[in-house]
Amino acid sequence: MTEKQLMRGSHVIGEAAVRAGCRFYAGYPITPQNELTEYMAGAMSRTRDGIFLQAESELAAVNMVIGAAMAGARTMTSSSSPGISLKQEGVSYLAAQELPAVLVNTMRGGPGLGNIAPSQGDYFQATRGGGHGDYRHIVLAPASGQELADLTRTAFDYADRYRTPVMILGDGMMGQMMEPVVFPEPLDVSTLPDKPWKLDGAAGRPSRVILSLLLNTAVEEELNWKLHRKYEAIAREIPAAETFMTGDARLVVIAYGTAARIAKGAVKMLREKGLRVGLLRPVTLWPFPDRAIREMSRSVNDFLTFEMSTGQMVEDVRLALEGRARVHFYGRPGGIIPTPDEIAGVLHSRYERSGLGGPS
Amino acid sequence: MAKKIFERPRYLKENVYHYCPGCGHSIIHRLLAEVFDELGIGERTIGVPPAGCAVLAYNYLDVDMGEAPHGRAVAVATGIKRTLPDRIVFTYQGDGDIAAIGTAETIHAANRGENVTAVFVNNGVYGMTGGQMAPTTLLGQSSTTTPGGRDRIRDGLPIDLSQMLAVTGGSAYIERTAVHSPKHVRRTKKALAKAFKTQMQGLGFSLVEVVSQCPTNWKMTPTDACSWIEESILPVYPLTVIKDEVGDI
Repeated sequence: MTEKQLMRGSHVIGEAAVRAGCRFYAGYPITPQNELTEYMAGAMSRTRDGIFLQAESELAAVNMVIGAAMAGARTMTSSSSPGISLKQEGVSYLAAQELPAVLVNTMRGGPGLGNIAPSQGDYFQATRGGGHGDYRHIVLAPASGQELADLTRTAFDYADRYRTPVMILGDGMMGQMMEPVVFPEPLDVSTLPDKPWKLDGAAGRPSRVILSLLLNTAVEEELNWKLHRKYEAIAREIPAAETFMTGDARLVVIAYGTAARIAKGAVKMLREKGLRVGLLRPVTLWPFPDRAIREMSRSVNDFLTFEMSTGQMVEDVRLALEGRARVHFYGRPGGIIPTPDEIAGVLHSRYERSGLGGPS
Repeated sequence: MAKKIFERPRYLKENVYHYCPGCGHSIIHRLLAEVFDELGIGERTIGVPPAGCAVLAYNYLDVDMGEAPHGRAVAVATGIKRTLPDRIVFTYQGDGDIAAIGTAETIHAANRGENVTAVFVNNGVYGMTGGQMAPTTLLGQSSTTTPGGRDRIRDGLPIDLSQMLAVTGGSAYIERTAVHSPKHVRRTKKALAKAFKTQMQGLGFSLVEVVSQCPTNWKMTPTDACSWIEESILPVYPLTVIKDEVGDI
């Protein structure tokens, strides 16, 4: 079934997960991502061997996922900001035990209970490892229905390839909006590479242990370096960003996810007025596409980071540029979704104040 | 030629126990290894150790094992068992792990009738962290966090998790045993075997609560610790079959 389908974002992730071979999902209700949990309940029941569990808590859900990952399944859990905080205990263990799993965070306004409107306030938590200890995990930031489908498949592949948790970082807008999507063909789970570390009973082989308690500090240090080397490889191999009208741009807005869609609308509006503005949209938030941004600074002196937060990714932009260009910021936290008009106004004003010239 | 009458069980590794003198964990580990062998399940068993003294159970039990965060063992076991329903999955948890921080996971796993076996070692104290009050610490019992003894008004009564689990619809077999005398060790082995048979027949959640001695944190000699179990713990935690919906299997 490869024809175009009109689907809600949360359902797209669910369908793409099942097609990627996800056979264990555990979740707990929280708005605005219940549609994904509900979709998985139905979708798993239509597979031969898929398991859906509504857990008693976010903690239980992520720990069920740990168990399923240990047993070798492609596995996923999902939540929204407050629930993702609860899951962080398990994410730390997934990272330490090098277990592949996919996590979906449909971000909402925060901190605390916050609200159920789209937000991007969890960037730090997502990209800095969220739980305790010295680890990172891959963070993918889709910005369209089609990309939700494609990156969900990618997330499972990266999780297995690098033996790491992978987070899909969306928001309430991405989860709710309906767009046409073409799904990849369902993957035959039996064709996936074997996992020679999984726990399935020590029949005809020595018993295996998956652990994270390393009382010997030298051994714990080596685990940390081993993880670090893996993260360095990931940072070399998978950073991704989309650019839009940046070829001759004098001012480039950097935004991800829903904010990038809004920014793209603003860029189009300003281009019609003749302003040389462009968009750079990180697709991977960790690893951050810093090389793409750094290279762009050869021709661009002004970057404006736009986030639906008070400014988190902007720190990575500054780190990427290392002072090579001016970094400006505009943010709307708390669940506010600014219009393209508003962002166009901000960009226009910045364009003039930075002396980038009038319409060409 | 001499006849061999005692040997290391097949599923016990050749490692020296790190447990303190007189600790009950090593006895319970051995019983598990014997049961795996006798039931012929050692090559399809997966264990989930706790956070606590017994976290190192994988240094001794020669089966696949995957470490869980503190208290979450039955949730991790759920993920393993649902993915591999023909394997035998057990957790090994202390009182703090299963009856304090892991209460929610345990009650809901039992209520779902997860077809796993929990080995619940009740020694009334947080051992690895140095002897703090556990949910099962007796009234009046001293610990590092109840220096004047557990107080009913401040700390509440010792909890009986096994009874709580028995009222859930999904639990099939729950028994409380002890390991402070040879008679009780033998009874514990029978209970463990029955719990694993319950799982092998797919009958639902099974749990054996083993009242165990912790001479170090009780600040007693091993023999005094065994006497104290008989005199002080068993009146509060009587040894009995708490729930049996499986009968003779």
